[in-house]
Formats: sequence, C-alpha cells, structure tokens
Amino acid sequence: MSIIEVTQLVKNYGDLRAIDGINLSIDPGEVFALLGPNGAGKSTAVEIMEGHRERTSGSVEVLGFDPATGGRDYREKIGIVLQESAVEPELTVSEVIDVYGDVFPKRRPTGELIELVGLQEKTNARVKTLSGGQQRRLELALGLVGDPDLIFLDEPTTGFDPSARRQAWSIIENLSSLGKTILLTTHYMDEAQHLADRIAIIAAGSIVADGTPDTLGGRQQAEAKIRFALPDGVSVSDLPAQPFASSEGKVVFSTQEPTRLLNELTSWAVGRNLELDSLSVERPTLEDIYLRLVGDEPHV
Amino acid sequence: MSERPSDLRLIWQQTRYQNKIFWRTPVAAFFTLVFPLMFLVLFTAIFGNDEIEGLGVTTAQFFAPGLAVFAAASASYTNLAIGTAISRDNGILKRVRGTPLPPWIYIAGRVVSAVYLAAIAVVVMMGVAVAFYGVSVYSRTIPAMIVTFLVGVGCFAALGMLVAALAPNGDSTPAITNATILPIAFVSNIFIPIDDPPVWMELIGNFFPLKHFGDAFRAAFDPRLTGTQFHWDSIGYMALWGVIAVILAARFFKWEPSKGSEGKRRKKKDAVEVK
Repeated sequence: MSIIEVTQLVKNYGDLRAIDGINLSIDPGEVFALLGPNGAGKSTAVEIMEGHRERTSGSVEVLGFDPATGGRDYREKIGIVLQESAVEPELTVSEVIDVYGDVFPKRRPTGELIELVGLQEKTNARVKTLSGGQQRRLELALGLVGDPDLIFLDEPTTGFDPSARRQAWSIIENLSSLGKTILLTTHYMDEAQHLADRIAIIAAGSIVADGTPDTLGGRQQAEAKIRFALPDGVSVSDLPAQPFASSEGKVVFSTQEPTRLLNELTSWAVGRNLELDSLSVERPTLEDIYLRLVGDEPHV
Repeated sequence: MSERPSDLRLIWQQTRYQNKIFWRTPVAAFFTLVFPLMFLVLFTAIFGNDEIEGLGVTTAQFFAPGLAVFAAASASYTNLAIGTAISRDNGILKRVRGTPLPPWIYIAGRVVSAVYLAAIAVVVMMGVAVAFYGVSVYSRTIPAMIVTFLVGVGCFAALGMLVAALAPNGDSTPAITNATILPIAFVSNIFIPIDDPPVWMELIGNFFPLKHFGDAFRAAFDPRLTGTQFHWDSIGYMALWGVIAVILAARFFKWEPSKGSEGKRRKKKDAVEVK
C-alpha cells in the first residue's frame, strides 16, 4: 500500500495552470525527490499534499487522509520542514522545539532532537542569533518533533554551504534508515541523486520523467560516449568504425552497444600496437538528462 | 497512541510563550508599560495635581484611568495587530497551520497573552496613580472596573486581529494602528479633557469604542460618584464593536504570507545564495 497516492492533480491560479495533471505513488520507507527548476510547480504540489493549499481537481490521498480535510488527525502524523525559516526569533532553540512539540500527542524529547541536528551548543541560544544553516537544522528538528511517519522536506538545503549541506544529508539519510517516508523537493541534481530512492522531474507543472537515479529518463539505455585521442599518424578514415564527431585529433563515438564497440576499437588498436590516449566511456550524467528534460527553462 | 493535550493546557502553553516573546521584545514592553506612564508623570508635572477647573477632579484622577485604558488598548489592539502580521510575514502562522495545533487555540493564546499584559499595564498605571498621585480605589466599583476592562480589552483585541487580517504586511501595520488609535485618543478624553467639544468631534469620539472604554473606566475612580458604576451602555457598545470585529477578522484572516512579503524574503535568500 502506498503512503502517497496522487492522481491527475491539477492546480490553477486564475488562468495559470501551475500543476497540470500529475500522478505520484510513493511507497512506505521511500525517499522520493521532486526535482525541478524554480517555478516548475514542485512546491505547489507539496503544499497541496501538506494540506496548506487546496487543489483544483484530481485526487490526493496521504496516509489514508485527504490532506484538504484531514485536519488535526492528519497533521499529527506528518512532519513539515518549510522552505523558509519560520520560527519565533525571540525564543531559544529548546523553547521553540517545546512550543511545537507540545502540540503532538506523542513527541520526541527535545534533547534528543537537538543532538540529532547537532545544535547542542545552541540549546539556550535565541533563534535570531543562529546562522542560516543552524536555523535550517532547527527547522529539520521541528519537522521531526512529532515523530511522524511521513516527512515533507521543501528544499531542505537551499542556501547551505557545502559542509552544512553534507550534514543535512546525513541527517536525512539517518531518518530514512529509521524507516521514515520522505518526500523532498529540490532543484539540486546532486541532492536528488545522493538522497533519493526515486526521482520525479517536474517541469512546467508536469512530470516529465520518473525513475530511480540510474534509470531516470532512460539513462541506462541512453547512448554511451566513447572518446579518445587519435594516435599519431592515424586519420579518422583508418578507424574500424566511423566516429560520431571528431576535432583536433579527438574522436567521439556514440553507441547503444558500448561493450561491442569498445572491443572492436581496442582490438584494432592493440593489433596495431597503438595506445589510445585519454580513452573514456561515459554514460550521460543525471545532469545531462535533467537539462534535456526541463528544456531551456531559465533558472530564476 | 498517547492522549492529546487538552485545549486548556494548550492555551496555557501558547499564552506563556507569547508572554515570553513580549518580555524579550523591549520596544513593545516599553511602549506598552512605560510610555503611557510617562504621560501621567508629564501631565501632572505640567498642570500640577490640583483640581482641574470645570471637571471637579484632580489631574491624576482624570488622566490616570484614561491612560490606563490607552495602555490596555495598546497592549491589545496595537501589539496584537503588529505581532500577528509580522508572524504571518515570517511564515510562523503558516508553520502553525501545518501542526496539529487547532488554529483557534493559537489565536486564543495570543489574545489571552494580550489581555494579561493589558492587565499589567493597567495595574502599573493605577498603582502609580494611587501610590504617588492621591487617586483612590473604591471596593464598590471593583466589579465594574474588571468587567469594563475585560470587555474593553476584548473589543480592542478583536480590532487588533481585524487589522492583522486586513493589513497587507507587517511593515504597514504600525502605521495603520498609530494612524487610528492616536487621533481617536485625542477625541476620546484620553490626552485632553474636552469640556465642550464641537459636534463633529463629539460624534467621532462617541462612534469609536475608546471613549466609551475610557469614560466607563474613569467613572470607577471618580470620588464624586456613588454606586457600583456599571455603565452597561458603554460595555454593550464595546461588545458590539468586538463581535463585529471578530466576525470580519475571521472572514478575512490569512495564515499565508502575502505574495509581496514572500517575494521580499525570497530575494533576501537568493542574495545569500549568490554569496
């Protein structure tokens, strides 16, 4: 049974269609990433699932609830980590965790959460004195305080420096190892690749690809590229196969069957006692796939 | 699954946190508690504390209850409007909406905290007036004093929430509250005892609830009056304003930051990212 089941979800803002009929199915314990450029509709989709926004049409079922009408019962079972820091700046870290924790029927102890997100030294510091990264880690603690089964993480590391990012990633991995289901949105390719079991790429309100980081966008069947430098005294026409492109002594082959072609090329070279300098075989990176799928959307 | 915390317990917790936030915001504490007191000290220093001609009471007897009411209105109306609108801009209201805390309990926590702070402001003002300026408290009028205070503060709390509901963002809220309560205070016997006002001024003063609040509360400290001093017409009129404000506030209240203020914060965030 899936934890999140979204069918033909549509959201209009006036004449603008922000979400154009998306379908999602997320299983228990999965880390699912909604990846897309700013303005693609990923936050709108997540806010509908969180119950913050009403949908125009389609059906949404999360943990057996309709988020639009689930109310208190529903909110007791989810954790939300907002995109923007939003806590009382005058309260201390431990006070804020208590304010938001005490509203849940079962909650995780404050000290344990502070330790989990690595804010021990800031326990009694006012929130307004925290750095941006520390505030985001506090956000993370607030998303976990009700000990939810499902956690929404809306762009959890936007604005982080690389080390804070690594820290946040390890916390998220930690949660996932506890069996929590996590839905995260991000516009960082490497974040989705690093954390997610499954990725859906959303562009202009539609899901344009859905799969594991390895199979996304047909990545595993996509043509591989074989590159090397032409040995001295060898011209392109001497090669046993015709390259896809060549320039300045470098050649590139594009193939569905990299094993066979590589064997052909290396046998040919070994037979002539030639060394193929800079030889490499590459599959398209997730980034290549992503950029191709979201088109030329400007990154605002 | 463990038991849900009771509503009362939740209201109590929310109130406590709102109080903490208030005491940790020195500007709000100053304007609510010290600022009105400065008027009392100034007015009695300027005019002396003798009987004001034509009014038949001393300077402190006239001003202290009015300023106490002004302080109570600031603590409820001004603080609630500004605090709530800023919390919305910061996304705090949106966060609250994503938790199991029932929205009405969050609002109740803010309002109860405002009433509590208003009570402190009134006690401070009247305490100083009694201790240093010869104002008397009469046990026969204490029930009327309390009822007038509660209904009046409830009315101004509701109006504060209405301003928070209608204000586009937190930046504009202080302008809205000051531009409303200050001019109204001038035509409501708070800063100036108006003996024989022009008709239009009397009409404006009588229309808004502040004058009713001030006059009814002042009556409880008037040495010339007798009886319990329940002014039910004023109390009823304030209650009417309060009920209308609650209905409108509930109708227009938003939990999400407005588009503009959200964009402003996003720009700030992007600027950080660029660094």
